Amino acid sequence: MKYTEEHEWLRNDDDVVVVGITDHASEQLGDVVFVELPEVGTQVAKGDEIVVIESVKAASDILAPVDGEIVEVNEALVDDPAKVNSDPLGEAWFFKMKISDPSQMDDYMDEDAYKEFIG
Amino acid sequence: MSDTLRTTPLHALHNELGAKMVPFAGYEMPVQYGLGVMKEHLHTRAAAGLFDVSHMGQVIVRAEGGYEAAARAMETLVPVSLLGLKENRQRYGVFTNDEGGILDDLMMANRGDHLFVVVNAACKADDIAHMKAGLPGCTVEEITDRALLALQGPQSEEVLARLVPDVTEMRFMDVGVFDSPYGALWVSRSGYTGEDGFEISVAADRAEAFARDLLADEAVEPIGLGARDSLRLEAGLCLYGHDIDSSTTPVEAALEWAIQKVRRKGGEREGGFPGADVILEQLENGAPRRRVGLRPEGRAPMREGTGLFDAAGDDEQIGRVTSGAFGPTIGAPMSMGYVPADKTQTGTVLYGDVRGKKLPASVAQMPFTPARFKR
Repeated sequence: MKYTEEHEWLRNDDDVVVVGITDHASEQLGDVVFVELPEVGTQVAKGDEIVVIESVKAASDILAPVDGEIVEVNEALVDDPAKVNSDPLGEAWFFKMKISDPSQMDDYMDEDAYKEFIG
Repeated sequence: MSDTLRTTPLHALHNELGAKMVPFAGYEMPVQYGLGVMKEHLHTRAAAGLFDVSHMGQVIVRAEGGYEAAARAMETLVPVSLLGLKENRQRYGVFTNDEGGILDDLMMANRGDHLFVVVNAACKADDIAHMKAGLPGCTVEEITDRALLALQGPQSEEVLARLVPDVTEMRFMDVGVFDSPYGALWVSRSGYTGEDGFEISVAADRAEAFARDLLADEAVEPIGLGARDSLRLEAGLCLYGHDIDSSTTPVEAALEWAIQKVRRKGGEREGGFPGADVILEQLENGAPRRRVGLRPEGRAPMREGTGLFDAAGDDEQIGRVTSGAFGPTIGAPMSMGYVPADKTQTGTVLYGDVRGKKLPASVAQMPFTPARFKR
């Protein structure tokens, strides 16, 4: 598992990366009430805002961690956004994307580095 | 502005309870506790929630001629009948400016020989200066040695009555002073959540003991500013600085109900408050824009600042959202905002610009949840 400074977790399954947000991020956001997902088939560039999360406090985004194509989205979150709080590392993955350049994954933190990052 | 945040007498207790503290109106205040905003909100509607509102201003206005003289003077600053307010009763009102705009909203109570006023934290210094300048012959005393707690929710009467049995006699907007193990409590049966409940002023040095005893009741949870905001919005109540300010009149803000007949055109004490010409004219003929409730379709909240449009394809903005959030009780997003007078009919569909997309929202009745006051 890799981690971004935007508190996303990335799990690389054979060059398809599954993306979610960390426990820490879910806690900071507070109760999530709305999730907007990208469309399957969309080509995205690293840094694009592709998911909108609204919590009771505010709106925030998930950025595309790498260049690639969205191959699957977790529609269950649209109907039950609270999953993002109850199981951020499991059931509440947001999307899967096919990586164009696997070396982009090297930029991200491992678990120890992420733990240090959030203090 | 000073960098040092002020604290309330319950500050240590908030920290002990694990509150997340944030700066608010110059104070360090709890935005949420362990339950989180959503559960705190739902708990208040289901049982009882305890709020620290000690940052608000508590002010006593006295005059040589007793309550009547203080009320007569205060009527020159607010479009409210205070002479018509019975002893131990409270009324909501607004301070207005010469243009008819709102300087603050406040609660005013007839406490027999004086007028007791509660104002918003962010405005309190200005409000007190405004009263000192505008109430000749009166003394305006800010009460700084008392905390203010709100106990809100359907079980609040039962909970408070265990400590102060006589509060069961109170009706909505009654006020009274009660002896208690925590010294004299100044109690009003009111609040800002749409629920039955009480606001209780208690000596600062007894506030923590009082709060602990309330929290010892299993019906009671501590509730932060986050849920306070979603509760008041579901109840259709204005937040000063957002839904009302010095550029909105009470008529535009749909607060006509707070202006008694006696202060309107043809009334015995017509006008005589700042901006009366504007406000009385708008009471007769309506205002060009008006505050309404909005129910966005779908789940995406339309937050403060969202532009409102007549049609999805329009470029010309016709209104603006002033408060918006997800309503935990209604399980849907809700907003309030200002729209032109001809767009205020319930069911009118408008479009809010959310992240560049124009999404539909219908003008809706407020409150979004039915009020449950004990009349």
